[in-house]
Amino acid sequence: MTYRFSKLALVMAGSLIAQTGLYAQGRGGRGGGPPQAPKAAAPIDLTGYWVSVVTEDWRYRMVTPAPGDFQGVPMTPAAVKIAETWDPQKEKASPDQCKSYGAPAILRVPERLHISWQDDNTLQLETDAGKQVRDFHFGNWKAPAGTPTLQGDSTAVWERGGRGSAGGSLKVDTTHLKAGFLRKNGIPYSENTQLTEYYDLVKERNGDQLLVVTIVTTDPMYLREPFIISSHFKKQASDAGWNPSACSAIW
Amino acid sequence: MTRNKLFFSAAAVLLAAMPALAEIDLSGSWSSKNHEDAMERGAGPNPDDWAGLPFNDAGRAKALSFSQSTISMPERTCWFQTQWHVAAGPFSLKIWSETDPITGKINAWVLGGWETRAPMTIWMDGRPHPSKYAPHDQTGFTTGTWNGDVLTAYTTHIKTGYMRRNGAASSDQATITTTFMRHGDMLTLALVMEDPVYLTEPYILTRSYMSTPTPVAVAGPPCIIGYEGVESGRVPHYLPGKNPFMDEMDRLYHIPREAAMGGAETMYPEFRNKIKDKFTIPEKCKINCGAPGAAQQN
Repeated sequence: MTYRFSKLALVMAGSLIAQTGLYAQGRGGRGGGPPQAPKAAAPIDLTGYWVSVVTEDWRYRMVTPAPGDFQGVPMTPAAVKIAETWDPQKEKASPDQCKSYGAPAILRVPERLHISWQDDNTLQLETDAGKQVRDFHFGNWKAPAGTPTLQGDSTAVWERGGRGSAGGSLKVDTTHLKAGFLRKNGIPYSENTQLTEYYDLVKERNGDQLLVVTIVTTDPMYLREPFIISSHFKKQASDAGWNPSACSAIW
Repeated sequence: MTRNKLFFSAAAVLLAAMPALAEIDLSGSWSSKNHEDAMERGAGPNPDDWAGLPFNDAGRAKALSFSQSTISMPERTCWFQTQWHVAAGPFSLKIWSETDPITGKINAWVLGGWETRAPMTIWMDGRPHPSKYAPHDQTGFTTGTWNGDVLTAYTTHIKTGYMRRNGAASSDQATITTTFMRHGDMLTLALVMEDPVYLTEPYILTRSYMSTPTPVAVAGPPCIIGYEGVESGRVPHYLPGKNPFMDEMDRLYHIPREAAMGGAETMYPEFRNKIKDKFTIPEKCKINCGAPGAAQQN
């Protein structure tokens, strides 16, 4: 009897120690063997085609909002001053039609997304609206020098659940952005903007797969506090509806 | 035996000290960031603005019969909202757990209530939902499950309520699935309403909150009934075809009536092609243009 109890106690203790060890590795920890490439180690599959489901901020997204309509954005006085000069006629004539298609705004555009792996360390997000391309770089990727761009430089990391967890999410940090508009009616963000996004998957009860992206835009020049919104997309079975179109400054 | 007791004691201490498999602590005060749908969640939506709402003809007809004066009726003054108000309202969240004092297991997570919304108790102990014939109320009945670090709550047994605070109604057959996704100091909720009576597709809203050291006050119902000028026996409403606000969104923002009247197609990008030639950018925003940043809740 004493022997059986001792054996049971040892098994329990061993099991607990093993679990504690795994837990101590924290997020991203996976014991044993060489680390897997980000593509192989992906805790969730974001690849495929997705369509915007526009149930929020409809009048700022599906149509072009009126000059001076700034509901909800924590703008600084400097931002208001700039936004109040926005003139659709001037924008229509501008050679740069893509100011509202930069990384901080692109996931608010009604559109379809195509997400795919370019290689083991690079996840690519394309949009049909505005034909934009974003590359999410995992690992020790170093951004090239050069002028800021509309989609900036993005580094990515998988966030895993805790001990024993299935699933996880993708965190993307983006910097080196060319200045642009948060909304089509001229609400500005500057080149100092930093963008953090979290990509999560949500399964609906009807079987549909949702992609929920939490978007945090920080800009000390034009935002009084981080601008926090979330966009959601529904998974598509195919590329049906994929309709690449050029940027438009006023539609 | 003494050694065995020691082992079991140590195991019990270790088990109690470790969180349950793949869960995350949601407790605390969470500041609502009303940067999206700021007006809809704060002052309330414009009358007859149902763009992006996937309701059916019955839902639209019911919404068109709604008069905002309805909530001035004494019978409706305390018509507090269903759990959908978490997404459609402006308020911050206080979340805590109810723990079994003997086992230490979390039996339930609770979202504190507001004056117009009852607390949401998310039962985590595996209890079943009541019979479909059980009474419905605005609180509903909610159970939850963990999938990794993500908590999914499922609410049934709610009374008829609203989807938007301008008359778009949900039925007593509606259900709400709420997904809680925590990223450090940030919490994002995805709420999905399904309603076989008034919706053709699920209605989805996502909301974000920031952890705050400032305690969020919880103050649940009841509210206080008061006389607001609606005489006894009168039920404010609009008869079919008589709603005076059907072109309000066109008047204010040049949004065509066919968009404002909602329906599933208004949620998707292709709908823009349908209204492109009917839309012109208003010269200047004249009303409800927003005081920048004023919508944030603390």
